[in-house]
Amino acid sequence: MSSRIFGSGIRRREDPRLITGTALYTDDLTLPAMVHAAMLRSPHAYARITRIDVSRAKAAPGVLAAYTAADIDALKPVPCAWLLPNANLKIAGYPCMARDTVRYVGDIVAVVVAETAYQAYDALDLLEVDYDALPAVTDPKAAAQPGAPQLHADIPNNEAFHWVVAGGDIDAAFKNAEVIVKERIVQQRLIPNAMEPRAALAQWSGASGELTLWNTTQNPHILRYLTSVVTGVPEDKLRVVAPEVGGGFGSKIAAYPADFITCFCAMTLNRPVKWNETRSENYQATTHGRDHIQEVELAAKKDGTILGLRAEIWAGMGAYLSTAAPGIPTILHGLMLSGVYNLPAVKEHVHGVYTNATPVEAYRGAGRPEATFMIERMMDKLASTIGMDPVDLRLKNMIPRFENGHTVITGLTYDSGDYPAGLKKILDHVKYKELRKEQADARKKGRYIGIGVASYVEICGLGPSQVAGAIGFQGGLWESAIVRVHPTGKVHVFIGASPHGQGEETTFAQLVASEIGVDTNDVKVFHGDTDVTPMGWGTYGSRTTAVGGAALILATRKVKEKAKVIAAHLLEASVEDMDYADGRFFVKGSPDKAKTIQEVALMAHLSWNMPKDVESGLEASMFYDPPNFTYPFGSHVAVVEVDPETGQIDLKRYVALDDCGPQINPVIVEGQVHGGVVQGLGQALWEEAVYDENGQLVTGSMLDYALPRADTLCDIEVISTVTPSPHHPLGLKGVGEAGTIASTVTMYSAVMDGLAPLGVQPLRMPMTAERVWRAIQEGKAQRAEGKAQKA
Amino acid sequence: MKVPVGITVNGRRYQRDVEPRQLLVHFIRDLGGVTGTKIGCDTSQCGACTVLLDGVAIRSCTCLAVQVDGSAVTTIEGLAPPGKLHPLQEAFWNKHGLQCGFCTPGMILASHELLRQNPTPSDAEIRHGLEGNMCRCTGYQNIVRAVREASITMGGKQP
Repeated sequence: MSSRIFGSGIRRREDPRLITGTALYTDDLTLPAMVHAAMLRSPHAYARITRIDVSRAKAAPGVLAAYTAADIDALKPVPCAWLLPNANLKIAGYPCMARDTVRYVGDIVAVVVAETAYQAYDALDLLEVDYDALPAVTDPKAAAQPGAPQLHADIPNNEAFHWVVAGGDIDAAFKNAEVIVKERIVQQRLIPNAMEPRAALAQWSGASGELTLWNTTQNPHILRYLTSVVTGVPEDKLRVVAPEVGGGFGSKIAAYPADFITCFCAMTLNRPVKWNETRSENYQATTHGRDHIQEVELAAKKDGTILGLRAEIWAGMGAYLSTAAPGIPTILHGLMLSGVYNLPAVKEHVHGVYTNATPVEAYRGAGRPEATFMIERMMDKLASTIGMDPVDLRLKNMIPRFENGHTVITGLTYDSGDYPAGLKKILDHVKYKELRKEQADARKKGRYIGIGVASYVEICGLGPSQVAGAIGFQGGLWESAIVRVHPTGKVHVFIGASPHGQGEETTFAQLVASEIGVDTNDVKVFHGDTDVTPMGWGTYGSRTTAVGGAALILATRKVKEKAKVIAAHLLEASVEDMDYADGRFFVKGSPDKAKTIQEVALMAHLSWNMPKDVESGLEASMFYDPPNFTYPFGSHVAVVEVDPETGQIDLKRYVALDDCGPQINPVIVEGQVHGGVVQGLGQALWEEAVYDENGQLVTGSMLDYALPRADTLCDIEVISTVTPSPHHPLGLKGVGEAGTIASTVTMYSAVMDGLAPLGVQPLRMPMTAERVWRAIQEGKAQRAEGKAQKA
Repeated sequence: MKVPVGITVNGRRYQRDVEPRQLLVHFIRDLGGVTGTKIGCDTSQCGACTVLLDGVAIRSCTCLAVQVDGSAVTTIEGLAPPGKLHPLQEAFWNKHGLQCGFCTPGMILASHELLRQNPTPSDAEIRHGLEGNMCRCTGYQNIVRAVREASITMGGKQP
């Protein structure tokens, strides 16, 4: 029975507390004598601060303190933790509070602490700040031009870094090209919108010099480390707790000024201080995602053989470099440009550019959606240019099946893959040829059906620590687990990763239960508290199962090996003669001569009769550093109908085929794919962070920023193939970001395919009805002009 | 200036002196231990703060406590008797209708309202009925499945 727990879609163990409202998120916590902080944020995108007067705010009812930059000198600048090498990286000072210059709408200028949150917000209105507004720039390419507003005095052309990826002979590729297709692609800026706004609660114990920070973080151990750097509190006296965390999608990776300011207030006032951002603050100051301008060229032969990809990218970084920001448009983007294809040559220049906008960080997919979009869009464009079916073009260039390593032109070695099999399976599933016929029939009737197909491979399971060091990531990327079997055979698991909605309390219990034969309900998974759990590097980059799961399974196997030795001793058999099945250790050939894992656990703790040189107890820990990244892959298909009169896109069908290796819990995998796909569709169809020419965030609330809603979507069909990773102990690859990586370009492909007969130029995302309608009108006008010229 | 209000929350009456500007969601969350009602947007856009006011779903983040003086509020904590789950809660669990759980209390209570108005909704009607509640994790599909299941387990009757 136990062996079937792996692969079973059991209900989640975290859900009872979540569906009854008893789960505690950071804002749900209350401490005795707790007071409330509110941040004053810059209303200007770029301005000099000429005067600040906090005196009226300080005198307001309930106010304990009002601090400006001059008061918080004790706080060091916010560190950037991805020091990209060979890229002329220039890190601008990132102060916790703006002293004389604000550089984006949302930059913190002052903090007020009061007895109640209402009083704190009242007092914000009494802070007097005078600004001299400066011209601002938010477009990354514009910001990189000479003469653009200069954000940081010592960083010319606002260039934070210039990184190049090159492989093969790109000049020869373009010299020998029979066809070259070009496109300018805008990966618009997105706002992650985790449903739980960010929050921090800090408690200082002056007598012992200990600081506890409850925070909405995806990586409490990294935050502890960085909090130590910024506040000066030694790491051993710092405890960071990620209680229930309401989604992150990358936006809760970064270390944020507001969190450190909250710590400072608690330490200075000697009262617990809570800060909870408003949704408006979340839009202005919690990290954004994407923001690329991509100029791309693909060289090919007329028969569709691709020869080389050349690109120049301007990646908006915002006003400061967020914690992991430099690695996102470079390592996680540029190294993935080969996609699932045999690409003989590549060269990409990436300019990371400071702009007067919110700092950009990882956002679900983080670099890979932007890479996948580039190569897949160019494949579509090449297919239409040479008159080839886009599916045939893909199959012609696809890397064939490989089981243990395939090195691509960017230097990465993919672990395992069978891209053609996945593509063929999804095409069979949707009956692709029939779909094309239906499309042709519909066109005869004046209906515009579009079929989008895209394939992807992504890099996740971040990652080998040696590689992390080589690429400038200021941390390791291993994971850890402790498995502790109690005398009654119940199990506590402690992990360094920090899930926040992904369901590892369930899937990790399934892993342990499958390995040593206990009931899933007998395994409790602890995470998110640096005082309780072993060091780990956090939950992002689809790495929790791929790396943390490996640490856990290896720790569990250590426990199992020890249990076997004890069982052999108790049964007076040799270890070599022992066998194991379904939670029982037995002598080979005599299944009745057995000890259950529970019996062994009890004896290990009683320790009355242990084998020689075997320690008491039944517990093991594992630090697992993966030998390579994992590379999940798949193909998606979207079918849409475009209304040429209104520009409205009707999403008729969406099918996702993903290969994340073996699935611990297919229901949870399906849920990850649903959510991921919809986030990617959001980029394609609705979402965009819009700044006006003064750098004001126009889409500053949920009223202005269009999130996917229940009634704007169709059901998503989820299918899979299973190609184990050769280096993960269970072959697992990770699935958290897969849906988002594939769905944006799949949707884009479907809409462009539907619009193809109308002569429409490539659309800018999001493909709103208005944009589609305008593009149709322009297409019509151009065709009319063309006819007139011919006549 | 504070004014007295009496509001019944999950069957228990609370008499408090509150500022006239106090939002209902803060009244509830400040009672102590009743924090299941979430604040996601402060502007009535996301639906995380949905509660039942005398049995009808409202947004507690854009409602003043003084406006509902004398009323009865049901939050996620009071939807089912202690130790029991409401069929909607059970269905969200069965169908994996939640991931991070932050939107879930509001989503369940909005679903309650949907089924009160239309006990046997089609999938399209469920999607339409929940269009005012934001979820960033699930893509909504399993939420639709959950509401459909709850409708069936309740025998097509109002919750």
